[in-house]
Amino acid sequence: MMMDRPIIGIIISVIAFVTVYFTTPLLIKALAKRNMVVKDYNKPQTIMVPRPGGPSILAGILVSEITLYVFLQSVEILAIIITTSLAFFVGLADDRKVLGGWFKPLALAVAAVPIILLGAYVPHLEFPLFGMVKIPELYLALIIFIIPITGNTINSIDVLNGVASGFMTIASFALTICLVVIHNYDVALASLPLGFVSLAFYKYHKVPSKIFPGDSGALTLGAMYGSIAIVGHVEIIAAIALLPAVINSFLFLSSVKRIIEHRQIKANPVVHTEDFKLQATTDKAAPVTLVRLILAQGPLTEKEVGFIIFKLGLFSAALAIITSFMMGVKP
Amino acid sequence: MRGLPIFAYISVMWILIIIGGGLLVFIIAPISITGYGKLDHILDSGVKAVISISLVVAWIFIMSKIKNWIFQRKVSH
Repeated sequence: MMMDRPIIGIIISVIAFVTVYFTTPLLIKALAKRNMVVKDYNKPQTIMVPRPGGPSILAGILVSEITLYVFLQSVEILAIIITTSLAFFVGLADDRKVLGGWFKPLALAVAAVPIILLGAYVPHLEFPLFGMVKIPELYLALIIFIIPITGNTINSIDVLNGVASGFMTIASFALTICLVVIHNYDVALASLPLGFVSLAFYKYHKVPSKIFPGDSGALTLGAMYGSIAIVGHVEIIAAIALLPAVINSFLFLSSVKRIIEHRQIKANPVVHTEDFKLQATTDKAAPVTLVRLILAQGPLTEKEVGFIIFKLGLFSAALAIITSFMMGVKP
Repeated sequence: MRGLPIFAYISVMWILIIIGGGLLVFIIAPISITGYGKLDHILDSGVKAVISISLVVAWIFIMSKIKNWIFQRKVSH
């Protein structure tokens, strides 16, 4: 079935957005009814928020990507669908039961295997300005690393209302623009649902959150982002668009010096003022995080911190788009 | 401006990524090991992997030092 790419793009974007927009309120009601709620610690009152929002995120991704597969029938789309779905189940397992710090990276590495089995990759790394390197054996290891890294990176930035979904909206639309710039139109189409799913979910996740994505939501978004980076052959560009989240993970790991879950942290990096603004802790045992650094200059509201993270996301998105113009341009 | 050091940090990371790409393409990729028969390919990949991992470790070390230099006083305050 052939149709112009812009029309296909509009169809799958609408499907992705509408699916999440209308299924999320139903999910909120269903989760609240089953008492699947958690406390929002950044609010002065006791507010319980339904979690996880992963099922509606996955529904939006699956419906739109399967529609795209009907049009294009490419192995890349199939790889994105399978890897993203596996990452969702890894997150769902962690949402239902508290699992060890190593479980998610290892399980997400397994989720990356379908990309290899389907051969939906090019074993070269393309660098801005300087060209590419062929790394057939090393690239397989890289695939196994990328999905756990992107999954956990998005999961680790999911600390305030709306941040994970809002940041993902910015990063994924930037990635779509980059894919268009390098003329990889089919994978650009496949990346559109990620942006629209994130945007629709942001409506319910923004301050004050009506639902939290949970591990199933954050890992689904992160793993899909990583899959697109691999099958779209834009690994370096994707890493640049994700830099604020990468910094957050880097700061966290370099201060705790081991892979642990956020719930295992003994001292919280952020405390509250009397008027319930967020404030960086003075506790030296607390890990350094992106939010703690933002708050180092003084207290801010949750919404203000979120907007600074979005500004950082927009800055990285601009760098990623500049980088995409530098691809294939040898000095 | 709030978060200015973080914008600077992101810029430094971006520049280091581009420079690292140049090192990989012009110095590491052309390395070719011959004279060991069937082992050539494995040795070639192994040496490139070790150098690449060393570069990543160096990148993390540099970023860690820059992080301390930019942020340490801010956090301790």
